[in-house]
Amino acid sequence: MSSTLTPVRSKRSALTKGQLPPFAPYVVLALALIIGAAILALIGFNAFGWGIVSAILFAAGLVGWSGVVEGSRKAKDKLATCLVVGSFLIALLPLISVIWTVLVNGIPGLISPGFLTSSMNGVTGVYDNKAVEEGAPVIGGIYHALIGTIQITLVATVISVPVGLLTAIYLVEYGNDGRLARAITFFVDVMTGIPSIVAGLFAAAFFFAVVGPGTKTGAVAAVALAVLMIPVVVRSSEEMLKIVPNELREAAYALGVRKWRTILKVVIPTAISGIASGVTLAIARVIGETAPILVTAGFATSINSNVFGGWMASLPTFIYTQILNPTSPANPDPSSQRAWGAALVLIILVMVLNLGARLIAKAFAPKTGR
Amino acid sequence: MSKRIDVKDLNVYYGDFLAVEDVSINIEAKSVTAFIGPSGCGKSTFLRTLNRMHEVLPGARVEGEVLLDGDNLYGPGVDPVSVRAQIGMVFQRPNPFPTMSIRDNVLAGVKLNNKKISKGEADVLVERSLKGANLWNEVKDRLEKPGSGLSGGQQQRLCIARAIAVEPQVILMDEPCSALDPISTLAIEDLINELKDQYTVVIVTHNMQQAARVSDKTAFFNIAGTGKPGKLIEYGNTQNIFSNPTVKATEDYVSGRFG
Repeated sequence: MSSTLTPVRSKRSALTKGQLPPFAPYVVLALALIIGAAILALIGFNAFGWGIVSAILFAAGLVGWSGVVEGSRKAKDKLATCLVVGSFLIALLPLISVIWTVLVNGIPGLISPGFLTSSMNGVTGVYDNKAVEEGAPVIGGIYHALIGTIQITLVATVISVPVGLLTAIYLVEYGNDGRLARAITFFVDVMTGIPSIVAGLFAAAFFFAVVGPGTKTGAVAAVALAVLMIPVVVRSSEEMLKIVPNELREAAYALGVRKWRTILKVVIPTAISGIASGVTLAIARVIGETAPILVTAGFATSINSNVFGGWMASLPTFIYTQILNPTSPANPDPSSQRAWGAALVLIILVMVLNLGARLIAKAFAPKTGR
Repeated sequence: MSKRIDVKDLNVYYGDFLAVEDVSINIEAKSVTAFIGPSGCGKSTFLRTLNRMHEVLPGARVEGEVLLDGDNLYGPGVDPVSVRAQIGMVFQRPNPFPTMSIRDNVLAGVKLNNKKISKGEADVLVERSLKGANLWNEVKDRLEKPGSGLSGGQQQRLCIARAIAVEPQVILMDEPCSALDPISTLAIEDLINELKDQYTVVIVTHNMQQAARVSDKTAFFNIAGTGKPGKLIEYGNTQNIFSNPTVKATEDYVSGRFG
């Protein structure tokens, strides 16, 4: 008889009681979405408001329920989780929105025939009017701007990586935190904050003084971009060199290896993956610059593959001019389609660069396998 | 292939701070000398002055003489790099180069200095050095794997192989077993016993039993108090230091009364 006296409990262990069931968040989410939709229906439905109201309801519901069942510590934990996930979603929203908009608007431009292989040379408003009024295909492309962007960025990288990397090596390996090292760090920080148009004006003025007035070439633009890239490269390389353990340097010294060889063959190979991704980020930062290129390389509608002579187009300036001065002012749609296509290509370029940096980082990273 | 070291009136500084004061000591060739003493007494600092690794730190300097078979390491015009090529060092924490394979780690002293070496000579050198460090049998089938994949004790023996591959006269060891388990420690202690047939070995250790097991001579360092310089208190045959020390502080330390 004694066994019947013990109250029949649920099968859950005493150690796990007072917990929300695993499906609790989904239940609350479903309720929040339904109630949110109902509230929004009263004041006029829109998707954005639905998301916000549902999110607030979800957080309040889950935290409240948890507070009742699980106690205040768990409730605070749920609240923190909601805040963290919410912030993450808010941060992600603009990114997804940008990518979505550019994809939707850019794909028609990108798949139009000859977009990547022809320039805007000879493409006049007449053709655009025809395209709109008679349904003829939109002609003209970004080939000239693409090679301009690639060449200018390449030259800027060739200038800024040696300068930046050597500066970082000086700061970390030789500067000893002395007066010169501190001065360099200060000015690098100042350079980081230079508005890009100022860098463009500097490069333009520099070449006006050295080469002659009116010098506008891809190389001038590359110098302007290099001014913007150098501080980023210095900063990232410096951080990467700093985290190379001192023990590795001492190990090399103790083998009778000279300092410059230690830096070249031990320190830099150990840090190369970080340096490579830092350089890629620096490139990604300048590849979309518009203002400094407008004042230094001008703008061209035809193909110019000589960085050192003549005006040059680039993707950002191409987008800028297509939007601001459509080829056919009466029918700006074909121009805007080309601009979105160019924007998509620019984003793809940056993504490819980032993927490339990851591959480089992986290829160079210190091996840990057995 | 081993040389003796004679230190005369050496003072070691970090900037203005006198870290080790007035050490004179004669270290015999082809012997194992142990430095013992409480933490912070300057024994590691002193060890690093013996191959000019001390001055790698900014502001660090020394006064006095360190003679390697009569040649002053700190004489005018002496290149610290050539000193370090003759006096190798093994550190407290195993530090194989993470970007290199086991084979390249052993050859690091050769390759980093861009010396030309044929593949056959390199193979011989790798095998001899790894055998010298008692590591050959464990790694001979995976020489191309990264050195960081070895266990801590194996990594430390790899570092010893790397040090003996440049054929130094003297090997300095700065607490080489403090990061290792007892079995790896035993392997390294056996190795030290073999190394002294060819090299002069100087070892810093916190472990007094280890000093008693491996060394021929022992130097006891002590410090009067925080901020005071470390001093060499007593130096003699290991047996005498542990069984019959002449200084009270040494007796207190080796019998475990402090430190």
